[in-house]
Amino acid sequence: MQKELIKLEHISKSFDGQMVLDDLELKIHENEFVTLLGPSGCGKTTTLRILGGFVHPDTGSVIFDGQNITNMPPNKRQLNTVFQKYALFTHMTIAENIAFGLKIKNKPKSYIEDKIQYALKLVNLEGYGKRMPDSLSGGQQQRIAIARAIVNEPKVLLLDEPLGALDLKLRQEMQYELIRMKNELGITFVYVTHDQEEALTMSDTIVVMNQGYIQQIGSPESIYNEPENAFVADFIGDSNIIAATMIEDKCVEILGTRFSCVDTGFGRSRPVDVVIRPEDVELVEPENGIITGVVTHLIFKGVHYEMEVMANGFEWLVHSTVLSPVGQKVGIRVDPFNIQIMNKPESEDEEAVALEL
Amino acid sequence: MKTSTSIVKKIYVALIFIFLYAPIATLIVLSFNASKTRAKWGGFTVNWYRSLIQDETILNALGTTLLIAFLSAFAASIIGTIACIAMSGMKRRNRAILMGITNIPMLNADIVTGISLMLLFISLGLKFGFGTILLSHITFNIPYVILSVLPRMKQLNPSVYEAALDLGASPVTAFFKVTLPDLMPGILSGFLMAFTMSLDDFIITHFTKGSGINTLSTKIYTEVRKGIKPEMYALSTIIFVTVLILLFLVNIAPEKKASPDSGK
Repeated sequence: MQKELIKLEHISKSFDGQMVLDDLELKIHENEFVTLLGPSGCGKTTTLRILGGFVHPDTGSVIFDGQNITNMPPNKRQLNTVFQKYALFTHMTIAENIAFGLKIKNKPKSYIEDKIQYALKLVNLEGYGKRMPDSLSGGQQQRIAIARAIVNEPKVLLLDEPLGALDLKLRQEMQYELIRMKNELGITFVYVTHDQEEALTMSDTIVVMNQGYIQQIGSPESIYNEPENAFVADFIGDSNIIAATMIEDKCVEILGTRFSCVDTGFGRSRPVDVVIRPEDVELVEPENGIITGVVTHLIFKGVHYEMEVMANGFEWLVHSTVLSPVGQKVGIRVDPFNIQIMNKPESEDEEAVALEL
Repeated sequence: MKTSTSIVKKIYVALIFIFLYAPIATLIVLSFNASKTRAKWGGFTVNWYRSLIQDETILNALGTTLLIAFLSAFAASIIGTIACIAMSGMKRRNRAILMGITNIPMLNADIVTGISLMLLFISLGLKFGFGTILLSHITFNIPYVILSVLPRMKQLNPSVYEAALDLGASPVTAFFKVTLPDLMPGILSGFLMAFTMSLDDFIITHFTKGSGINTLSTKIYTEVRKGIKPEMYALSTIIFVTVLILLFLVNIAPEKKASPDSGK
């Protein structure tokens, strides 16, 4: 594991009496691409703004490289931010924008000049130095915002939904660009988004947040394949989330039928939630299925067909490259390995989950 | 049918403009009239303009007017801009209240503003003169600056100021390097508007000037009481043209500033 760079300890913050973050704990390592993922209002942007120094937490501390920086103003922090709406200085040229931070630090002229050229090259906008920000497209402006931040050689780059205003194609292109830049620079990226696909594509670590709590921290694979609760399963991709009963180790009763699974340690006759990804539901001949049902909907999605199968009183979402027409009787099978068992939340709200990274 | 209605429309518009500008046009024409009587045209002359610029009291009044207009507009721009910054940080309700209060001098009859300022200066024991005129002009100019800066302030992206902080600028540097340039078009048009209003003012100046000092408008008023001299036509023409140019500048300044080539 890389060296620990940032530690958030017991961070709480409320605005006008409304709790936004509640006793948040988070560790970020050197050279890590961390994504804070969650629906709007989950506290992800507030977390980022606390890191940047724009919001002061009500309680708790921010530790950066072993030093407590909770009370340090943003202009003294070794972090730089890329803002959602670019926030370029419209009365300055692109070169002046990029040079802003370096001029404040009184760097020599030739050094600044070199840095501008280097940064423009890194973001693939060589020769744009004399242009004004208004004359650039949204994607180009966002690249300049990145260039302006990275010339200051921050240890951490904070990105607040930087691709939110771009169209789909450009967004995908920029995702690859960001991964390339991160590898080239070798610095830590903390990235905020509500787009689960973006998070899965780019991150080393995803932090799923909801209502001011961290729901799960893990690699994209573990978040997708082993969600720890129904919120995470539902937020990341499509899934079948079904109330079930854990009969004993490696055996779960779903909709009245026993399925074998690989999970242990939930106890006996314990109510749980199971999540099964639609691509893990296999449609077979009725006599080979664990349960049987009837196809009720069929949509062609390009890569696969999306089908809904009514079986044991539940509409199963199924993704398959093999078509089963509406009305056909089918059997459903699920590999024990693909049944993910989750503890039921204790309250109505998605509650906090105690986490160890 | 269509053409006849459009002709009617054109005539209507023409009538409006004639009613609006005929008096001023008459004034301008008469300022070039060689004959001293208003009744007949005695040939073209610029004599009235010539004798105007040789008249020392009028030149003094012009100097005072310009100086007061400049100083009061400048002071009002600073105070108004600071007020806008404070207002943008306020809660909606407080901002609405403050906005209402600052708008009062604009809606208030000039004569009420003039007399109340006069009474205030008397009760404070201030000596009437240049200082009192300047103070009253600053007072009635501030709302015009606020009115033109506040909309600009609302358009500002708050992240821009934060971005400057993020890049290492202190709050003061960030304000002067980033926020102020963004506000500048609004401040500039507020300044020009205030300048125009100050040039234009008669009533408030009349009540707060005391004796021994005159601005152009009060000078014209005293002269006219003694009998109208053609020099006054010339002077009024100059004031009209100056105000017209300033208004023109106020309207084109923001657009010009926003164009991308204005930066270096």
